[in-house]
Amino acid sequence: MTDALSRSYYGRPVLKRPTWAALDIAGYLFLGGLAGASSTLAGVASARGRDRLAAPLRVGAAGAIGMSLVALVHDLGRPARFVNMLRVLKPTSPMSVGSWLLAGYAPLAFTAAGAALTGDRVPALRRLARFAGAGAGLIGPAVASYTAVLVADTAVPAWHEGYRELPVVFVGSAASAAGGLGLLSAPLDEVGPARRVGIVGGLVELVASRVMRRRMGIAAEAYEQGRVGVLVRLSERLILTGAVAALVGRRSRPVSALAGGSLLAGSACLRFGVFHAGVRSAEDPRYVVDSQRERAERERARWERRMSAGTQGTQEG
Amino acid sequence: MATPARSLLSSVRGAGDPASDTGWEDHPPRVGFFTDTSICIGCKACEVSCKEWNGVPDDGYSFTGMSFDNSVGLGADTWRHVSFVEQRGPDAGGVRWLMSSDVCKHCTDAACLDVCPTGALVRTELGTVVVQPDVCNGCGYCVPACPFGVIDQRRGDGRVWKCTLCYDRLEVGAEPACAKACPTDSIQFGPLEELRVRADRRVAELHDAGVADARLYGRDPGDGVGGAGAFFLLLDAPEVYGLPPDPVATTRDLASMWRRAALAAGGLLAGIVVLGMGGSR
Ligand code: SF4
Repeated sequence: MTDALSRSYYGRPVLKRPTWAALDIAGYLFLGGLAGASSTLAGVASARGRDRLAAPLRVGAAGAIGMSLVALVHDLGRPARFVNMLRVLKPTSPMSVGSWLLAGYAPLAFTAAGAALTGDRVPALRRLARFAGAGAGLIGPAVASYTAVLVADTAVPAWHEGYRELPVVFVGSAASAAGGLGLLSAPLDEVGPARRVGIVGGLVELVASRVMRRRMGIAAEAYEQGRVGVLVRLSERLILTGAVAALVGRRSRPVSALAGGSLLAGSACLRFGVFHAGVRSAEDPRYVVDSQRERAERERARWERRMSAGTQGTQEG
Repeated sequence: MATPARSLLSSVRGAGDPASDTGWEDHPPRVGFFTDTSICIGCKACEVSCKEWNGVPDDGYSFTGMSFDNSVGLGADTWRHVSFVEQRGPDAGGVRWLMSSDVCKHCTDAACLDVCPTGALVRTELGTVVVQPDVCNGCGYCVPACPFGVIDQRRGDGRVWKCTLCYDRLEVGAEPACAKACPTDSIQFGPLEELRVRADRRVAELHDAGVADARLYGRDPGDGVGGAGAFFLLLDAPEVYGLPPDPVATTRDLASMWRRAALAAGGLLAGIVVLGMGGSR
């Protein structure tokens, strides 16, 4: 059976390798999530008067989204035509939806960061900044989660087969990164929200990515073997270390900072792991062919079960 | 070319008439290719004529050692590709040759077109899928979206390229260059409905002649891409030719993906609000 399943044309890939550069796009998956969740966390923090937590998060969000925009434009085959992204709005294209999301989010994030940097000294700017901060905080979660659809909406087995869980993985990863940034930059007496968000986000990220791989079938191998496997396991260790350190380091600035750094690094490794697992699964025809065979088998089994249930139903009736 | 309002909903599936689903009214019948690989002789006239007519740059002068195949697969610079499979078999010399000319499938549910963020990929009035090079910004999203690994980015140029089904030739009533050049009529061009009837007849003929492995690939409007505009008669499993056995347009699951992403975003917002409320440390 396996023999028949593994046949291919001289071992050539069935799919085309994604043209995206890892640094640009995996980097964006990480930075976009970091920015989105940081804006939301900053919004909540400033609503509770924790400005020494909110300020670095706002600046971090703006920096992360700024770098994202540079990476996204840089990754285009024709960077000069980047405005074509806003030529139409297509709900069938996650990239189109994402472009509009970023077009709305980025200016708000920049404005909020600008106000945080000037310390709200200009009164006219203060109201604008409050509005911008709230807006960025509200759009932030969408910026953090849509990227899961962006990669899952492809034929790439290690991405598409995880489409059910990937949004949860990504928002967990975004929360742990934002929590990490807060832990790294805010004083101990205001860092509580970041600590909790970092810990819970990290756990969600860990559990959801395990569940995703368990349910994915053969494509999960792409996450587990070789250098991608090393990266994914490293990400899990970093996240776990970060979460534990955040939990026990409540009274220690250095331990809290270490926890923050570890959570950030773990989130980044996970995004790069997801990215490279996808590329691997696209390059190896086995993943494409076998996961399609697997799916066909599953569908046939389901159909047969329904058929036999149907016949029994008629016999009973 | 296409009217945008309805192309937004191109993943809402119609009755296998993609041109109407995209908003074309009073359009000509859908056209396509039927590639009958049982009579392909591997001459590569299709590859050459495609390159000549469309001005496609060279795809590297490489020697692969993969039988007679040195163009390796479809890509930005190879819009028709002839695969050569050598199998041990009962044929003369103990070798069975499988040759097949591959091409863009011009899917009914075309993932490349759905995911294209700029609208550079469009559905023509003939039901084909075409890239507008003056709009493409080289984002590369269609590349991993295509379940057949057809469309790709051209190095140095940055944009994506693939078979246009010779849109320019069709406009003046000529048939596509590859079909014109094919000496055995392995590549047949015409209205899709006619081709399907012809293909059904051909596969029945082969079955009667004892070729039990003959099968149609991409002909079924009920398959994962809603049926291909360019479909094939194969003599072995699709993966033997480098084709995916059961391709599905990824956008079929898109509604579910958006729902899950929205829920996740809502969860993130709620989670941060709740966790942000507690104590300061
Ligand atoms: S085969 Fe690929 S490139 Fe061609 S229409 Fe289908 S999805 Fe698009």
